Amino acid sequence: MTLMESWQGKSLDAALAACRELVEDADFPTVRRWREAGGKVLGHFQVYFPEEIAHAAGMLPFKLRGAPINRNKADSRFGSYLCSVIRSSLEIALSERVKFDMFVTHPICDAARNLAGIWGRNFPYQAQILYLPQNANSTYTSRYLRDEYDRVRGDIEAVCGNQVTDGALRDSIRLFNRNRQLLRELYAIKRETPWLLPVDEAYVLVALGGILPREEHNQVLEALLPQIRARRAKKQDKVRVVFEGGFCEQPPLDLLRLIAQSCYVVDDDLLIGLRWIEKDVPIAGDPLFNLADAYVNASSYSPVQHDLRKPKEKMLLERMRNSAAEAAIIAAAKMCEPGLDEQVAYTRALDEAKMPYIVSEFEEAMTSFDSLQTQLETFVENILFE
Amino acid sequence: MQNGDKSMTTGDEASKVIGRGAREGARLFREWFEALTGAPGRGEQTAYVFVMGSLAELLRTFGFHLSFPEINSLQTAVRRVAQDYLNVAEDYGYSPDICGYVKADVGVQLRGGEHPMGRIPKPTLAVLTNACNTYLKWAEIWERMYHMPTFTLDIPGSRSASYRHTPGGRDFERDCKYVEHQVRELISLCEEISGKSFDIDALRERLDHTNQMAAAYSEVLRVNRSRPAPFNALNEGTIYLGVCNALRGDPRGSQYFKDLAQEMAYKAAHRIGTLPEEKYRLTFVGVPCYPIFRRFYELFATWGGVFVTSTYLQFAAGGLDVGFEYDLRRPIEGLAEGLLLGVSYAMDAMFFRERELVEWVKAYHTDGIVYHPIKSCRTVSTGLADKRRAISEMSDVMSLVIESDLVDKRVVSEAQMKNRIDAFFEGLASRKLRTGAGAAA
Repeated sequence: MTLMESWQGKSLDAALAACRELVEDADFPTVRRWREAGGKVLGHFQVYFPEEIAHAAGMLPFKLRGAPINRNKADSRFGSYLCSVIRSSLEIALSERVKFDMFVTHPICDAARNLAGIWGRNFPYQAQILYLPQNANSTYTSRYLRDEYDRVRGDIEAVCGNQVTDGALRDSIRLFNRNRQLLRELYAIKRETPWLLPVDEAYVLVALGGILPREEHNQVLEALLPQIRARRAKKQDKVRVVFEGGFCEQPPLDLLRLIAQSCYVVDDDLLIGLRWIEKDVPIAGDPLFNLADAYVNASSYSPVQHDLRKPKEKMLLERMRNSAAEAAIIAAAKMCEPGLDEQVAYTRALDEAKMPYIVSEFEEAMTSFDSLQTQLETFVENILFE
Repeated sequence: MQNGDKSMTTGDEASKVIGRGAREGARLFREWFEALTGAPGRGEQTAYVFVMGSLAELLRTFGFHLSFPEINSLQTAVRRVAQDYLNVAEDYGYSPDICGYVKADVGVQLRGGEHPMGRIPKPTLAVLTNACNTYLKWAEIWERMYHMPTFTLDIPGSRSASYRHTPGGRDFERDCKYVEHQVRELISLCEEISGKSFDIDALRERLDHTNQMAAAYSEVLRVNRSRPAPFNALNEGTIYLGVCNALRGDPRGSQYFKDLAQEMAYKAAHRIGTLPEEKYRLTFVGVPCYPIFRRFYELFATWGGVFVTSTYLQFAAGGLDVGFEYDLRRPIEGLAEGLLLGVSYAMDAMFFRERELVEWVKAYHTDGIVYHPIKSCRTVSTGLADKRRAISEMSDVMSLVIESDLVDKRVVSEAQMKNRIDAFFEGLASRKLRTGAGAAA
């Protein structure tokens, strides 16, 4: 079954426009089509979820990352001092834009952990916390996480009535490995020839992974990445930057487009959960252990994971070095505690390394970018004319 | 009859017992802080820990002093100097929208440990759990400031409202192995840092003190079902909480709570309440408003409102009242089991357990529930509005939501708070009248 046909047979620009339209559609039509065809949906809140397990069970893993929508029902369930993505994610469920069969959240932040309780009080289906480990440095962590994944496998089996065999898991890992390869290729284009792929277009192509079956996402990427490489765009006088701060709540696409007008975003942490595992997960052996071990030992970094091997500010500088970035945009979603905490460490490290940066806050539903535009223009001019 | 009818007690006995918990608690707390201040001068090491999963019993066997940054921060608020520290942290770059406790501590650290109760030593080790995600971010700040070791003890909590850690269950055993493994890794780290060998008998002894403290602490909470309530969970409860965290695993702590349980039993037996006249019995959900701590209490007390229960006394005690005893025959395994049960219980008090609040209405004869979400703490506050909604569907208990902060006075609107609290009590009074009239008819 194909959930998204609107891009097929079109020029690259038209296909990208269709992708963008789909990613921006807060009614999530692909998920609706999936359900209408009798499929079950597992909604998982940001940042990372081992989607292979849901996929192996025949469910659609849906990445719940909020949306710029009116929160008519959800706001009454929360207090004042909270980020937008927590509220809008609940709104998506309460307004039935997406109907779920199971919901999973993670201990990524103090607000996100509360979602299991809130969901449990508002919906009849299973809502739980997947306890991704916060001690990445114990010798027992991968083993613990393997067992935690096994627990989730049992819960998923109970919801969908299918047994999730190791064989099915290996097939899913193989499919997701292909997806990881394609996303690595996409990011290689951003790093090596960023004039071929502005940040807003790259973002759309990655975000599709959260709302499509991986088979279909792979098809889109396999078809469009060669066309992007063949684009005839010319390199322009833009600043090479890393964008940091998009690991959970997502900035509006228009904000990314604004950045793309003056900067090449050569790397970022946007939707980092879809790219969390940086290498292929081994197929041989215990598939759940392989997935767990990859989460712990072959993964990226983010403000919501504590790992003594990966101090975030050092990882940021490494990301900048690896992508030959000249500067950084240190963003955070409004009221996002992990993101705001990290800004201090990032900016002090950048000061020490004498790397230029700007600090900014955003909200998924913001529509006015005037002050950011001024800030960005001044920043870019300072770098270009230094 | 309520309010201190001392005619039923002998004068000497009453004066010795009544108020002992508050007096002794203040003294012990002061002494504990003085010992902390003097630690560097004596060449002794300090570990930074948190109230939910402090591992006090283990760390004390290695001779570490414990510094609780949450307690240090709340003290700056109670002593009305928090703003000075918040300003230092915000000038350093921290956002107005992050946890005020963190910022108050950053201010303390940047001012070389200067604190209204003494001087906070620099850490040689920090031990944190995942009970609050901000613990992780907080410890990362110290890592950057002091380049000292930090150890995260990851404790998987309940996965959902219906999930229960049950000893002997498959999930429990699985999680417990993880916790135990980490405890053993922490022991190795402590040996390395302190230069001392691990002494299992010393741990056994410390755990025994906590077992005694926990039994007495649970009894103290239970006795407040009496009418009138012997103590106010908001202000007196906070003193008890301070001792239970500061002196966990210490013989002075266990003795304190045994004495306190005796005091409470005495007051209950003689119907001596914490207020001269108890009119309304309340449950408190959240964290106190420390910037106006006394005034906050008075806003309720002047109406005859007493907080007889509080979720704060559960989660901020690290789940000490979970009803668990460490198995002293297997101290390391017992410690792991206790951590898993206690810290999960503490987390559940924040994320789940709305049914327990409804049960408290009957068990503690409460007239209302006061929810106090705060800007600083998303852990405690994110789910409160929804919890209130769910409880209002299960029970007709009256409730009030007031939003402020635990350390940042800029977020506390006292006048607005008073209006809402007054209106709440007027509603309670009106309901009592209606109920009384209905009963009479």
